[in-house]
Amino acid sequence: MPLQASKLHVGDTHHERVVENLSRTQIVQYAGASGDYNPLHTDDVYTREAAGYPSVFAHGMLTMGLTGKMLTNYVGDGRLTKFGVRFTNQVWPGDTLEVTSTVAALREEGGKHYVDLTLSTTNQDGKEVVSGTATARIDP
Amino acid sequence: MPVEATHILMFARAVGDPNPVYADAQAAQAGETGGIIAPPTFPQAVAQFDPDYNLRPKPGEPWFGSGKTASGIAGKPPSGGGGLHAEQHFEYHRHLRPGDVLTVEIKPGKTWEKDSKRAGKLTFRERIAEYRDQTGELVITARGVGVTTERPVDQS
Repeated sequence: MPLQASKLHVGDTHHERVVENLSRTQIVQYAGASGDYNPLHTDDVYTREAAGYPSVFAHGMLTMGLTGKMLTNYVGDGRLTKFGVRFTNQVWPGDTLEVTSTVAALREEGGKHYVDLTLSTTNQDGKEVVSGTATARIDP
Repeated sequence: MPVEATHILMFARAVGDPNPVYADAQAAQAGETGGIIAPPTFPQAVAQFDPDYNLRPKPGEPWFGSGKTASGIAGKPPSGGGGLHAEQHFEYHRHLRPGDVLTVEIKPGKTWEKDSKRAGKLTFRERIAEYRDQTGELVITARGVGVTTERPVDQS
């Protein structure tokens, strides 16, 4: 169901848990689908011994994709007009991520209604891994 | 970049999204979009179609990931290989559908530096990608920012 401007208020929040106990296999699955085979995400030996990180970690774009799943579930299919994020902390195997969106503004432009959202994706320790914004076309 | 239904299905699975609008042509046709569309971060998969993409192993070329040793080219990750993704922004003029054939034009953006306690000197590089469809219409504008760190990011 698309969102309706008449039922939304600035400050309204919405939450979704988008992944639980992120697996190394899902990170590899994302490498295969996206084409980004950077060993930092797919090769634990390289990442620990050559790059100096504690283990492989998720592609930022996987975290953005998981954040996008919450958004499209919330605003409806094909409704996004803008979606942008900053990657603020790395996401590791075993992480559980939750996305919170907050209505920042409701606008009408050329007879169409839009909602501006702020986004925050956090891990199981409450640490923010992605902060972002999105705009979606909504119903009146 | 050809946009294909199977690739959309695989990409949606990889981000853990079972939404039928990415996988089931009949269900998608009955919904508001009138057919399958691509998930919002799908444009990034354009890397599959870049013949020179440096984060994909290529036959006969050394690869910086592990083999007999921890890195196939010790101490020398390729340019971009030691980098991390700092920001990504998409503007959707319309959503992608199977059958679209995209041409992507990359434009370099700004470069800037910043000092960080957790990773030393950071060098940020911006990149704008414009995705046009088979009719020449601009469908997606993407702005990415990559960062190269002086040392691995401190996790404490």
